[in-house]
Amino acid sequence: MRQPAKQGLYDPRNERDACGMGFVAHVKGERSNAIIARGLEILANLDHRGGVGADPTLGDGAGCLIQIPDALFRAWAEAKRLNLPPAGDYAVAMCFLPRDAASRAAAVERLERFIRVAGQLVVGWREVPVAADLLGSAAEAAMPAIAQAVVARGPNVPDQDAFERKLLAIRKQTLNPLEAEAKRRDLPGLPDFYIASFSSRTLVYKGMLLAHQVGAFYKDLADPLTASALAMVHQRFSTNTFPSWRLAHPYRFIAHNGEINTLRGNVNWMNARRRTLESPLLGPDLDKMWPIIPHGQSDTACLDNALELLIAGGYSLPHAMMLLIPEAWSDTRMEPKRRAFYEYHAALMEPWDGPAAIAFTDGRQIGATLDRNGLRPARFLVTDDDLVVMASEAGVLPIAEERIVRKWRLQPGRMLLIDLEQGRIVEDEEVKAALAGAEPYGQWLAATQFDLKDLPPGCNPIRRPPDDDVFRRTRISFGYTDEDLKFFLAPMAAAADDPIGSMGTDTPLAVMSDRPRLLYDYFKQNFAQVTNPPIDPIREALVMSLVSMIGPRPNLLGRQAGTHKRLEVSQPILTNEDLEKIRSIQETLDGAFRTITLDATWPKGGDAQSLEAALQRLCWEATEAVLADINLLILSDRAEGPARIPIPAALATGAVHHHLIRQGLRMQTGLVLETGEAREVHHFCVLAGYGAEAINPWLAFDTIDDLCARGSLAVPPAEAQANYIKAVGKGFLKVMSKMGISTFQSYCGAQIFDTIGLGRCLVDKYFTGTATTIEGIGLAELAEETARRHRAAHAPDAAPLDPGGLYALRAGGEDHAWSFDSIANLQHAARGNLPDKYRAFAEELNARGRRLLTVRGLLDFRPAGPAVPLEEVEPAAGIVRRFATGAMSFGSISREVHATLARAMNRIGGKSNTGEGGEEPERFAGDARSAIKQIASGRFGVTAEYLVNADDLQIKIAQGAKPGEGGQLPGHKVDAEIAAVRHSTPGVGLISPPPHHDIYSIEDLAQLIHDLRSVNPSARVSVKLVSEVGVGTVAAGVAKCTADHVTIAGYEGGTGASPLTSLTHAGLPWEIGLAETQQTLVLNGLRERIVVQVDGGLRTGRDVAVAAMLGADEFGFATAPLIAAGCIMMRKCHLNTCPVGIATQDPRLRARFTGTPEHVINYFFFVAHEVREILASLGLRSLEELIGRADLLEEADASGHWKARGVALSRLLHMPETNGLRRHGASLCRAWGTAVDRQLIEALDGPLPARIEGSVGNKDRALGAMVSGEIARRFGHAGLAEGSLHATLTGTAGQSFGAFAARGLILELIGDANDYVGKGLSGGRLIVRQPGEVPREAAENILVGNTCLYGAIEGEAYFAGIAGERFAVRNSGAVAVVEGTGDHGCEYMTGGLVVVLGPVGRNFAAGMSGGIAYVWDADARLGGQCNLASVALEPVEDAEGLRALIERHRALTGSERAASILADWPAALARFVQVMPTDYRRALATLEAAE
Amino acid sequence: MTNPTGFLDIDRQDRAYRPVAERLKHWREFTEPLPDSELRLQAERCMDCGVPFCHTGCPVENLIPDWNDLVTAGQWRAALDSLHRTNNFPEFTGRVCPAPCEAACTLNLDDAPVTIKTIECAIVDRGWREGWIAPQMAPRGTGRRIAIVGSGPAGLACAQQLARMGHAPTVFEKADRIGGLLRYGIPDFKLDRMLIDRRIAQMEAEGVIFRANMEVGVTVPVERLMDDYCVLVLAAGAEQPRDLELPGRALGGVHFAMDYLVQQNRRNAGLPHSGAPILATGKNVVVIGGGDTGSDCIGTANRQGAASVTQLEILPRPPLAEDKGTSWPRWPLRLRTSSSQEEGAVRIFSVATLRFEGQDGRVTALVCEQDGQSLAFEADLVLLALGFTGPERDGVVGKAGAELPPTGYETVRPGIFACGDARRGQSLVVWAIREGRECASAVDAYLRGA
Repeated sequence: MRQPAKQGLYDPRNERDACGMGFVAHVKGERSNAIIARGLEILANLDHRGGVGADPTLGDGAGCLIQIPDALFRAWAEAKRLNLPPAGDYAVAMCFLPRDAASRAAAVERLERFIRVAGQLVVGWREVPVAADLLGSAAEAAMPAIAQAVVARGPNVPDQDAFERKLLAIRKQTLNPLEAEAKRRDLPGLPDFYIASFSSRTLVYKGMLLAHQVGAFYKDLADPLTASALAMVHQRFSTNTFPSWRLAHPYRFIAHNGEINTLRGNVNWMNARRRTLESPLLGPDLDKMWPIIPHGQSDTACLDNALELLIAGGYSLPHAMMLLIPEAWSDTRMEPKRRAFYEYHAALMEPWDGPAAIAFTDGRQIGATLDRNGLRPARFLVTDDDLVVMASEAGVLPIAEERIVRKWRLQPGRMLLIDLEQGRIVEDEEVKAALAGAEPYGQWLAATQFDLKDLPPGCNPIRRPPDDDVFRRTRISFGYTDEDLKFFLAPMAAAADDPIGSMGTDTPLAVMSDRPRLLYDYFKQNFAQVTNPPIDPIREALVMSLVSMIGPRPNLLGRQAGTHKRLEVSQPILTNEDLEKIRSIQETLDGAFRTITLDATWPKGGDAQSLEAALQRLCWEATEAVLADINLLILSDRAEGPARIPIPAALATGAVHHHLIRQGLRMQTGLVLETGEAREVHHFCVLAGYGAEAINPWLAFDTIDDLCARGSLAVPPAEAQANYIKAVGKGFLKVMSKMGISTFQSYCGAQIFDTIGLGRCLVDKYFTGTATTIEGIGLAELAEETARRHRAAHAPDAAPLDPGGLYALRAGGEDHAWSFDSIANLQHAARGNLPDKYRAFAEELNARGRRLLTVRGLLDFRPAGPAVPLEEVEPAAGIVRRFATGAMSFGSISREVHATLARAMNRIGGKSNTGEGGEEPERFAGDARSAIKQIASGRFGVTAEYLVNADDLQIKIAQGAKPGEGGQLPGHKVDAEIAAVRHSTPGVGLISPPPHHDIYSIEDLAQLIHDLRSVNPSARVSVKLVSEVGVGTVAAGVAKCTADHVTIAGYEGGTGASPLTSLTHAGLPWEIGLAETQQTLVLNGLRERIVVQVDGGLRTGRDVAVAAMLGADEFGFATAPLIAAGCIMMRKCHLNTCPVGIATQDPRLRARFTGTPEHVINYFFFVAHEVREILASLGLRSLEELIGRADLLEEADASGHWKARGVALSRLLHMPETNGLRRHGASLCRAWGTAVDRQLIEALDGPLPARIEGSVGNKDRALGAMVSGEIARRFGHAGLAEGSLHATLTGTAGQSFGAFAARGLILELIGDANDYVGKGLSGGRLIVRQPGEVPREAAENILVGNTCLYGAIEGEAYFAGIAGERFAVRNSGAVAVVEGTGDHGCEYMTGGLVVVLGPVGRNFAAGMSGGIAYVWDADARLGGQCNLASVALEPVEDAEGLRALIERHRALTGSERAASILADWPAALARFVQVMPTDYRRALATLEAAE
Repeated sequence: MTNPTGFLDIDRQDRAYRPVAERLKHWREFTEPLPDSELRLQAERCMDCGVPFCHTGCPVENLIPDWNDLVTAGQWRAALDSLHRTNNFPEFTGRVCPAPCEAACTLNLDDAPVTIKTIECAIVDRGWREGWIAPQMAPRGTGRRIAIVGSGPAGLACAQQLARMGHAPTVFEKADRIGGLLRYGIPDFKLDRMLIDRRIAQMEAEGVIFRANMEVGVTVPVERLMDDYCVLVLAAGAEQPRDLELPGRALGGVHFAMDYLVQQNRRNAGLPHSGAPILATGKNVVVIGGGDTGSDCIGTANRQGAASVTQLEILPRPPLAEDKGTSWPRWPLRLRTSSSQEEGAVRIFSVATLRFEGQDGRVTALVCEQDGQSLAFEADLVLLALGFTGPERDGVVGKAGAELPPTGYETVRPGIFACGDARRGQSLVVWAIREGRECASAVDAYLRGA
């Protein structure tokens, strides 16, 4: 089976995957079949990391990579009487051949031909014995014919490495043009031909298999003749259910857990290297290998292609990995040689960035590396008999504890390498020191690297605007508005921050606006959700970098190095002075660089043809320049004037960038932009995303100077410009980190955008590879928009700047859905229960033709049949049950409003949502209970009690107004009540991290769902996503994680506070995301098992009807009910000054709130009545009948609108074929909880205290969560008396051990544990220690995994060993003792106490605003490891308390470290450092003073 | 916005009036401007709303939050630019506008609105005082001549806009002086005539030609204008007063309010007026009609030394305060007391006039009905302030044969446009300005062939 073709909004390229992976290797290279058997056992023990699709017998793919089993092939050759050369002199091609005979014959013939042409010899073909009867029908239907071609080394290749290179060339030549070949020869099956591996060293067995099937399916693997010293295995979790045989891992070199966020850019840049890539090793073969990275592959396949190229080009395996996935090297504490190594290589290739744990092997070495931020788990152990086992989880192989000499984890940016030929483990330090010392990288850099700031000033004068009139006209021509000054330039220049706004966006899409809009408005930023995490660019700044390399790149495979000159800037925004430096660089730098300025304007009066001609001219000039050896192109629109129109800067950039890529010239030149157009953060992002390496926004600088001159800015011009640049930099970091990208170099050219309203032709030509969902304008309209601005600017009576009106409504500005009238009518309707007023309200918003605002505005209804009488339609009371209010936290809105919404929804049987701030326990039972309890990244107030008091548990992955970003509740909003609910300290600000620190990947989400369901098995688990291209695929993944409910939020959604950049430019309208979700779920056969809810800008009954037709079962509203309750869209939520008492905690203002539940109820009933009228007119009797009926929608006629007439919505209305339902039917039935939990629950009914004993394995996940839920249900948060339930367990616990453990529960684990130990700890006590008799120091080995005690509320934890990354992240009250932590320890902590009796990793206490940490800083390294932005390092104040705690730790765990510390307490005490948040100290002092 | 909590920290302060006793002694304006420091504080109360409801209230769509912000920052000149961007004559609206913007102000919902009108007035007054307001010359002329009939606020706004676009407008006024209703309709104590003269001078410098004493359709035939000008704009107002055709209407002493007001305005200007003098001095005055014109009559009558002033309103007494929950931000129906009413008038509601009674051909009393009860008022002077029904019968609109358009500004006759009260019926000065501006844009588009 192949993936379904691209259809409707479904596009196979959006597929995401993640997984579990691991390897086992014998360090000394001893080969055996047992190693393979163990590898397969790892696989079987990771199977919970896979997904459950519509067909449970169908796996997402699994596989195993081993060394070539020479004995097996020798036996085969003997049996076949073939002459097999010695091991190492023959290779095996593992082939998936087409099933139809003609294609298969063609495939075989093709491969053999290229082998022969390359001078190698085909020994023969071996049928691979398989047990096809094991497979489910779907997997079998898709199964290829599997055969191995055995190829002998020809006389023309001198050695095995050269043989490998030749094999690569053969494989590339055979496979690359298959699609074309298939068409030419009319063999549609031919593209199915795939070579899983082709090497003289390694062999891959993989397929669309369940984890446990791999060994049984491939009979070879069980054959005693099959021996290997290593086995690398992988279990895939795909977000959808069309896994294919080839997409299984491992690939030829790697198995990967995670995702490459920058993939598109990496692939583009690789293609751009075509003309610069040369390799003495590959010679002419290199030319035969293009495309190096073919289209339509998974991210891992692409990375594998890049890796094999580097290796073929002569890099060693670890060297290549360091080049592809470098550590964060901007850290100045890094050893200088290593830093120089990375800095040198940064110019060769941009990082492949994203959460990634990658296992790699070439058959001689095997290893693994982790991304710079440590976002995937990887644990390994070493035994006394030379076995190394590495896997995503600990405990995947049953190995006697006493044989294990070392337990460790892969650390961020670090590498584990085992050299089987040398027979030893090469430590990270050693590998890197050797590579860093191999060449004089530091000297090379010193000789070739130029920093822009060190260059002499340019020769040309800095231009200033000639006079007020010209200056004004120029600004109008570039589309400047009053708002650009007021909302962006002035605040950015004054405060150096990307400005904040609130309440979402309700303006028309650019393509529907009557006004000319900038091209940037057609681009929506992508963001990470579920399949990869966003990053916190502030608290985790150490992994971020804005460094940009301007200019040509050296040959990736060239080893001449050292001579290639490079120009570096610390960030990509250039001042006018900077740009002049670059313009003059030829003179100032002895011709190392040669610059040309190309004119990016076109003649006045221009239409589409002349714009196109201008672009063509620009591209040709660029080519000419590069061919003339000019290596810095400056695209400039300085020529703007009465006779010249500026080409939209993004268009000019995209055109030149892609043109040069297509010509293979892009790597030979730098691309710099000199533009008057760019001013907002988003503008710079688009320009960089399409290839600009640096940008000079000259008009923005002129404007800032002008503001200073007019006295509108209180800072001097130079400082204002510096502030502005800083603000743009911060914005850049935020936008990059939203997608999980850490470096500007990888962001540049990565095209992390969807377009909306741009025509396909335009995008394909100038923004190649960008997704379009809604077709729209072409060059003609784009030209017209630009020309309109230009005409207005140079008209005789040119007015002052346009008011804008995008961010706050202005008369004469952009249109808004929430207008004076719609707000007034809705409020009058809700307050007076006035149907006529509601009708006027709905009419205004629903009316099309007059105003185009939304995608749904371009859709018309098509009745299903004759109208039915209204009284036959489902009553409104039934419809309102499908309504929910949006997630607004108590904290962002006032208590009165929060309760009003809850009361209203409870009365009508709908649901209200707590938002992310928890809920006051007294509301759990009453009429103000929120049925939906949200679990967001901050985990504020998420206790076991909170979870059991929910009908729905909603995991908020992202919110419409600022997807991919965290939030911050400023200290002044945290009053005593809010602090109590959030288990924090009044007056101390609270940070919600951008990602859930327990969801970096899809299988992590499955785990969180599992955790929540364990606590509360009766609640529906919901996942909230934001609309973007690919959200449907993520939603399918969510369904496969067994969620009951998914919410698709539109980008319009309101918010308390969000950077304006995100508010308007991130995410897509819900119509698009919902339709894609519906189509993908239906296509996958997953639709009926999950409820789909939509929110983000629903206002009227018509909106509800459209949403139902596009596939929504339920409907969320936030802004509209708030308005019914009195909100007037002040957009001041972030200032705490809401004058109607809604988004404020100021008691003076809260008193002004006049809303009542009745107002909200009136509104919802009006909406429901409108829905009924629509149903009746369509001939339907219930809302259910409408769900998924996209066929009842048709595109409206927009031919009258100068831009919207190009919009095509047919893809939105596509309905994939299905035999199943197009709406929710029944959810999956599942069983939860571990055996231990069931035992403990039983014990609850018996006499207490009770003790049980048992053993655990890594498949026992969320142990303790279910019993804790039960305790919370019966006894509330107060739980049981201390020690009422005590379980003593042995073994390796699965993830989320002790999650949400309630008070009275003690979980004592003898062994070790995986990630998320004590997540959400709710009063219980956790004790983990290694068994008594083992050959390793407890304090030097890893004991518990990453992200332990995340969001812990209270309780105790004692870990006699080292914890992984992000220990106690967002802890609000737990007391914990641990003997060492990884990076980011105590991040975002707001309360509680953490004692670390050992070293901590980097970035300790980042964003910590409460609680205290004590670190035993034996080697005085804490100062360097700690993030001091919010904490102070002090001597211990409460020494006695500390000592008591350490004593308790010793008593409970038998810790030797504790014992030795206590043995000489005064000396040890002197080594302890108290880490105290400064805000926390201040708040405590305030509280004390108040008492 | 410099102070996000300004509205919480600062109380509303508005311009005060001079004491009644004092102001009744003269015909000059009697409001007391606020000091700059206070104005800046008042502007600080503006919340810079995400949805500035003041805009709904303001027909010219003044960018109120923007200039409030500038005033707060002390940037008066920038504030003036912002104000002039939407409003040609803020010194008029800053004095005579009923300020629907303030009714719509978000702070009016549960607090007291920003003193928008006062700030507007202060900005422009300061602009004149500082000499910032100069003629704005069009960079180059188009040579297109436009005739504008009527020099009220609509005609003036239209003319100024057209001149600044480079066209050549000529304004025809049937009266002897330019200004229309501004000049002779509004009492001097509400709008100083100097303000009008100053604007006219600016406009003349900008190239607007004014032709007084030219009644189009009477002294100048419409067709001749059509020959000489590319476009004709009818901005002749809605001067046809609503009459009260009841027994005794013909009695002496029963006058239309406008006849009365115009006389006094001419008198103040030292100009002769036509017809016998209409004076309230020592008389019992009854004003029929509770609107703004009625108030102007009251103020004028009191200044003339009326013995008593009674105002009759046919509608019931509105509530003292509106239900803001279902009215804001719309213009609410509630009892308002104008400065003239404050100076002394008996206001009677729900009262319908039945007949005028008189002696010797002069009115002496009014017989009315209230709640089914009959009642009578002593009256020596009765002023009819019942509004206007539209453009004057037999006026220029009819003569031009230009049926008024239901929407838009171009009439059925190509090249003839209409705006202001002539088009939309009796309304506010601020509406007239908006119409004049929009009509100018429509004319410009017409001339450019767009």
